[in-house]
Amino acid sequence: MTSLATAEGHFTATNGYLLVLAVMLPVCAVLAMLALGPRHTARVALGTLAVGLAVAVTIAVELFRSGTGLVYAIGGWSPPLGLTLRADGLSAVMLVMTAVVITAAGLFARAQHGLDPAMRDGRAPTTFWILLMAIWSALNVVFLGEDLFNLYVALELLTFAAVPLVCLDGRAETVAAALRYLMFALLGSLLYLLGTALLYGRFGTLDLQMLSGMQASGPVVSVALALMIVGLLAKAALFPLHLWLPPAHAGAPAAASAVLSALVIKAPVFLILRLVLDVAPPEAARLAGQCLAILGGASILFCSVMALTQARLKLMIAYSTVAQIGYLFIVFPLAAGTEDLPVWGTIAWTGGALQLVSHALAKASMFLAAGVIAEALGHDRIAELGGFGRVLPMSAAAFGLAGLSLMGIPPSGGFVAKCLLLTAAVVNGHPWLAATILIGGLLAAGYVFRVVDRALATPAAPLHLRKAIPRRLEIVALALAIAAVLLGFVPLQPFGFLQIGRAAHVTVVAP
Amino acid sequence: MTAALTPTTLFGLGGAALVGIGLFMVITHPSLLRRVVGFNLIGAGIFLVFGVIARRGAAAGFAGDPVPQALVITGIVVAFSATALAVALLRRLFDLTGRRDFDSEAPSASQSRGEP
Repeated sequence: MTSLATAEGHFTATNGYLLVLAVMLPVCAVLAMLALGPRHTARVALGTLAVGLAVAVTIAVELFRSGTGLVYAIGGWSPPLGLTLRADGLSAVMLVMTAVVITAAGLFARAQHGLDPAMRDGRAPTTFWILLMAIWSALNVVFLGEDLFNLYVALELLTFAAVPLVCLDGRAETVAAALRYLMFALLGSLLYLLGTALLYGRFGTLDLQMLSGMQASGPVVSVALALMIVGLLAKAALFPLHLWLPPAHAGAPAAASAVLSALVIKAPVFLILRLVLDVAPPEAARLAGQCLAILGGASILFCSVMALTQARLKLMIAYSTVAQIGYLFIVFPLAAGTEDLPVWGTIAWTGGALQLVSHALAKASMFLAAGVIAEALGHDRIAELGGFGRVLPMSAAAFGLAGLSLMGIPPSGGFVAKCLLLTAAVVNGHPWLAATILIGGLLAAGYVFRVVDRALATPAAPLHLRKAIPRRLEIVALALAIAAVLLGFVPLQPFGFLQIGRAAHVTVVAP
Repeated sequence: MTAALTPTTLFGLGGAALVGIGLFMVITHPSLLRRVVGFNLIGAGIFLVFGVIARRGAAAGFAGDPVPQALVITGIVVAFSATALAVALLRRLFDLTGRRDFDSEAPSASQSRGEP
């Protein structure tokens, strides 16, 4: 009967409507695009980007000001029957990161569509804008949702928007890549759904906060969480389940690749984080953390080596994504909290969050820079890129600066993140994880310098651009890369921001 | 033994069997259309498990819990959209290359051109 007790934690804050706005704004944009037709699509999208970015920043400021989480109970119904949206520090960071990357991808796509006047209001750009908005809304639900089934629907929406984005150009190999992606994602979401069913059968609620308050344990919880985490791993493309990612992310148009690689795979990672930290009983969380760390380490080593061997630039960046995702999974054993120090107080937790954000910015920048290169030269074979730094200096700079963050060279966001993780690994006595982090950094340097070397090489014959590249196309990638570097200068004290709404998490619900 | 075989147990086992059969199809069959059918079988098994949970009344304890039924309805809509998307992509791949799976280069074109 305890499950039906109302939890006092679920009251709607006065500014709770901001959360609804973050979710509904992109949906309204999709509807407006469908109603107004292709000629107004880009204008509606750009307007939504501006407003959505403002909403995300407002949520973050609101959180910073009040120091507590924002909650909105939909329709005034509180759990276990009702659904809530909830923003804590981490969600707010994810919201802002999503808004920034989506805005950058949107600006890039706008400039790229402008290169070909005949294509401007055509089918592919219109579809792109609609899918971009759908992805944005689904991502915001994943970051704000509290109900496991609600999150399932959000994950499916995300998949249904991301899969067509992969095969936007309609070539046979991209359609095959999209299908492969869909197969992995469907299997993942079905496993997740089965886990959800088991959890509901055991506890009669799917609200994450209530579940975490129940101190759930027992075989049902272990089986359910194992199913859900494996399902989410398939969507997040961790090492043995990463096969779909490189062809899918490399085949998509540049702006789409940036969004897919920087944001879409972070949604299942975010959910795994919440399941392991909030729902799993401590001993199961420890075991799951060990397994995830082993897979994460394998991901870093194997996919970094794969990235080194790729002949095509976009495939190399896609493999690098799988490698960088691995860092997020070695956080679990490092962030093991103690009685006095909760998980979200550890340096590994801060490092993991920083890695998440800096990878999103750096990887989006790399994919956009690769998009500029492919657009200008007509191909992306690394061996034939010699001297592209002379003709596309800003893109080469963006690639190099983003590379700093992936390698973990100071001063960059990636450096601070990897430094924190390394420190945590050494302090907690995980020498193998520390070694993996260092080797992963060296391998990343290997594949980034391969491209930087081509950029600075003297070409045998001068490179000719297929078409003039407008400056604003290059500026977007450069701005993201600079943002990834500047992240290294953010004083870590404000990263107490990440703990907002977390401490209350445990004490609020006591059914 | 017989006391344990209540309808809910039976349906639960049925759901588990459906999930197992579907999973087997998804993993072993190279043909993509069969895999899509396999996904639907897994889905059907999961919805059956939801039904069992509703009958048992979950942790709330009353018989015929309506919440899982509401979840199943949403789940069916999602599964339908997933199938539609998968079939649309499959058709597209078939139209472009004549392939019905990931592995073959384009051999089955001659034998499969007959059916649309």
